[in-house]
Amino acid sequence: MKLNNTTAKTLKKDFPIFKNNPGLIYLDSAATSQRPKSVIQAVTDFYEKENANISRGLYTLAAKATEKYENARKVVAHFIGAEKNEVIFTKNTTESINLLSYTISSILPKGKNEILLTEMEHHSNIVPWQQLAKRENMKLRFVKIKQDFTLDINDLKNKLSDKTAIVAFTYVSNVLGMINNVKEIVKLAKQAGALTIIDAAQSVQSLPFNVKEIGCDFLAFSSHKMLGPMGIGVLYGKKELLEKMRPFNFGGGMIKKVTLEDAEWADAPQRFEAGTQNIAEAIGLAEAIRYIEKIGIENISNWEKELLKYTLSRLKEAPGIKIYNPGANNSVSIVSFNLKGIHPHDVAELLNNDGIAIRAGHHCAMPLMEALSVNGVCRASLYIYNTFEDVDALASALKKITEKFNR
Amino acid sequence: MSLVLGDLKWKCWKNKMKTQDHEPIPEDMYKEHILELYKSPSNFGTLKNLTHEKTEYNSICGDEITVQLFVKDGAVKDVKFSGSGCVISMVAASLLTDKVKGMKVKDIKILKPQEVLNLLKIKLNPGRVKCALLALEAVKGALRS
Repeated sequence: MKLNNTTAKTLKKDFPIFKNNPGLIYLDSAATSQRPKSVIQAVTDFYEKENANISRGLYTLAAKATEKYENARKVVAHFIGAEKNEVIFTKNTTESINLLSYTISSILPKGKNEILLTEMEHHSNIVPWQQLAKRENMKLRFVKIKQDFTLDINDLKNKLSDKTAIVAFTYVSNVLGMINNVKEIVKLAKQAGALTIIDAAQSVQSLPFNVKEIGCDFLAFSSHKMLGPMGIGVLYGKKELLEKMRPFNFGGGMIKKVTLEDAEWADAPQRFEAGTQNIAEAIGLAEAIRYIEKIGIENISNWEKELLKYTLSRLKEAPGIKIYNPGANNSVSIVSFNLKGIHPHDVAELLNNDGIAIRAGHHCAMPLMEALSVNGVCRASLYIYNTFEDVDALASALKKITEKFNR
Repeated sequence: MSLVLGDLKWKCWKNKMKTQDHEPIPEDMYKEHILELYKSPSNFGTLKNLTHEKTEYNSICGDEITVQLFVKDGAVKDVKFSGSGCVISMVAASLLTDKVKGMKVKDIKILKPQEVLNLLKIKLNPGRVKCALLALEAVKGALRS
């Protein structure tokens, strides 16, 4: 379905949150998206009609639950172009990256001790690597961002070396909206013999992606930013790598055989899914993917671009605004900004008075705030259900706020 | 009977819808007197002669307030604050520094958070209480050092 301002308004009706909160202008989808009725229904249906634990149950309900859970895995795999057994269900992106940081040691290329990240990473793609660096005596390096809010590829080339063991980077910056050239970064990292990890938390809902085409070793994302339930996330890993990695959590469901003294691990992905999983949420995620696929991810990208162009043009009108975004050709519909002399929290609070929900602060990207020389920014992030009218409301509210402060 | 019940149901539903409506936080917080103080706060700057100093941060907002005091004979003779932050933290710092000027150190040490919040004369959103109390933390911290 091609998206435009009219179809977006129709789409909005699929989301109960807007019916239950009349007048809500939701511009915080980068924090968490809203969920369509079909996703909420899929979760409820599981608990009401199909609830049972998966795997070893021999009765009909358990078999059905297992089938639905494994089918959800298939849907996710197909969505990112992976094999079914390359998809591990986790809690969220953060847990996916933590899982990796605790299990990657066994596959780290020999004689290399550097982890290369970028300045635009979310804390979830920095802090776990800091801890790994401490445990394994490795060194962290960071690729700089340029004045135009894009990644400095030359700096990346300079910092990549035969010492680089891991290159972990975000596809889309949660603050700048910047879309990184994943294909090129993965290619350069591979040439240096490093493992490649992509944080897709802000891209998977907006941009087409195929793991085989890009060739990354690992990919992490959350369900709740892509119309799915909270509490479920994904870690993709190349099969041959997953098979060499040790488990993250230990317990039920991740073993082949247990004796009093020791245990033998199950194959991937079960090896990494100890304990009862978020079954209903996995099923909900599959439903969210069906919803996205029904619209078409390309159509979503195009609508985001339209929304972004319009947002950038309207926000520029606000006096004293500073926009932190690399432009509609390089970004998803995330726009960060500051109003001169007004703290981001005051802007967010005043926007709330007009029913406009944005996020303000450091956005779990304190090193990026440092690079931008700010304490925080305001961030408006738009998704499929947003319309030009939402942007108009934001623009006129910002105008009102600057007038209030400059009176 | 059924009509009455129907009406009652409708009323309940209407009330329910009302509470579910988006309820804006009263714009109270940004009253004229607050914005005026934000634009020209009292005691903003640094002291040449000081006996106590402390910087406090609010890592969530990136707010930072440094308080400097000149204490003599057990009382605050002069006080200044500097730094940057949201309207609430800056205005609270302005009002608090006005209040502690001339006060005895032993009285400042037992100053209650509520007394500082009362100075603002506005209804604060719970999320902003920490902002309003940042300057108090700095003042008390400085006097402890």
